[in-house]
Amino acid sequence: MVKMLLVDDSRTVRLVGRRIMDKFGFEVHEAEHGEDALKVVREHPDIDAVLLDWNMPVMNGLDFLKALRSLPLPKQPTVMMCTTENDMDHIMQAMEAGANEYIMKPFTEDIVRDKLEVVGIL
Amino acid sequence: MSPSDYEFLSEFLAKTSGLNLGEGKSYLLESRLIPVAQSLGLGGIEELVQAIKTMPTPELKTSIIEAMTTNETLFFRDKKPFDELATLMMPNILEAKKLQRKVRIWCAASSSGQEPYSIAMQLKESVPELSAGWQVEIVATDIDGQILAKAKQGQYTQFEVQRGLSIQMLMKYFEKNDQGWQIKPEIRNCITWKQLNLLDSFSHLGQFDVIFCRNVLIYFDTERKKEILDRMATLLPKHGYLVLGGAETVLGICDSFNRAKGFRAAVYNPAHAGVGLAGTAAIKK
Repeated sequence: MVKMLLVDDSRTVRLVGRRIMDKFGFEVHEAEHGEDALKVVREHPDIDAVLLDWNMPVMNGLDFLKALRSLPLPKQPTVMMCTTENDMDHIMQAMEAGANEYIMKPFTEDIVRDKLEVVGIL
Repeated sequence: MSPSDYEFLSEFLAKTSGLNLGEGKSYLLESRLIPVAQSLGLGGIEELVQAIKTMPTPELKTSIIEAMTTNETLFFRDKKPFDELATLMMPNILEAKKLQRKVRIWCAASSSGQEPYSIAMQLKESVPELSAGWQVEIVATDIDGQILAKAKQGQYTQFEVQRGLSIQMLMKYFEKNDQGWQIKPEIRNCITWKQLNLLDSFSHLGQFDVIFCRNVLIYFDTERKKEILDRMATLLPKHGYLVLGGAETVLGICDSFNRAKGFRAAVYNPAHAGVGLAGTAAIKK
């Protein structure tokens, strides 16, 4: 079963994300910000994929991504940024920091499914 | 919708566009045609049917056909045909066309353009040989003039560019502007756009190495499907390929094609080529 971590400070976005991931039969974990997400990854080092917001309190998505990529995990998870930041500069920054895909909010179930197919999770 | 209106619209669509609606599709007719009726200031389907009967202007006919034949489309839809175009079809085509150094591909129902643009991007990404002096022409046709005009612009919304397209491809082949995302000229210029009803003659398009005709023949009855497929076979040389939608087949419809060997996508060779070609091996050995 695919283990998915949803990282977003909006409870609503996490709820929508969870509903979508439930349809795909994924095991879903949630975190409110980057620091929280690092704790989840340490507890579950076999997380397969992360849907990651950019702008969050405590630790933002980009800082989390950089910290994640430096962790000695058995297998690095696939990271899909999921943010309202939709300009080329932000996309470039995320890709350079190790993101695998990029979803521009607002997203739909179709977009999430297509992107999961693109990265080979579905 | 009354049964008589349904029957009238079914016959009208079959006659004008070849679209075979079948039974039990009133939801489809209503969802597509009520907006058309409203845009013309008509009260609904009943009044739309009356308008066709009393004032069948070309504009009215076109609006109805276009509303019924526009389909959901996304970049790299089903993925396999694009992968196999690069890995299995192109090696054979490059070998067969090494003297002419020209590749021609036809998208027979290009809709809003995602399919021809995906083909152009796939070739740029995965067939580097083509950049060494080869001419690539992708002919994109559709029955719907409006959707063709949109496709030609190559301008897509944020929603559209997130359907099937990887972020790497988006960054490489699109530019962001105030309206959304614009495909770059290097991809746009590979494509020639033409309005075409598949029921009409298409022999003037010339010969092709590959024909993509995906998810459009489902709208035609068996007789028309056969007739279209037979004519497509005459446009393909021995090394040519026909690509259908994943759920489509020529089996039981026509004898003009054989299933190509070694493909996971629905790919066919013209029967005049003999037994279906296997991927890359057939010509090289």
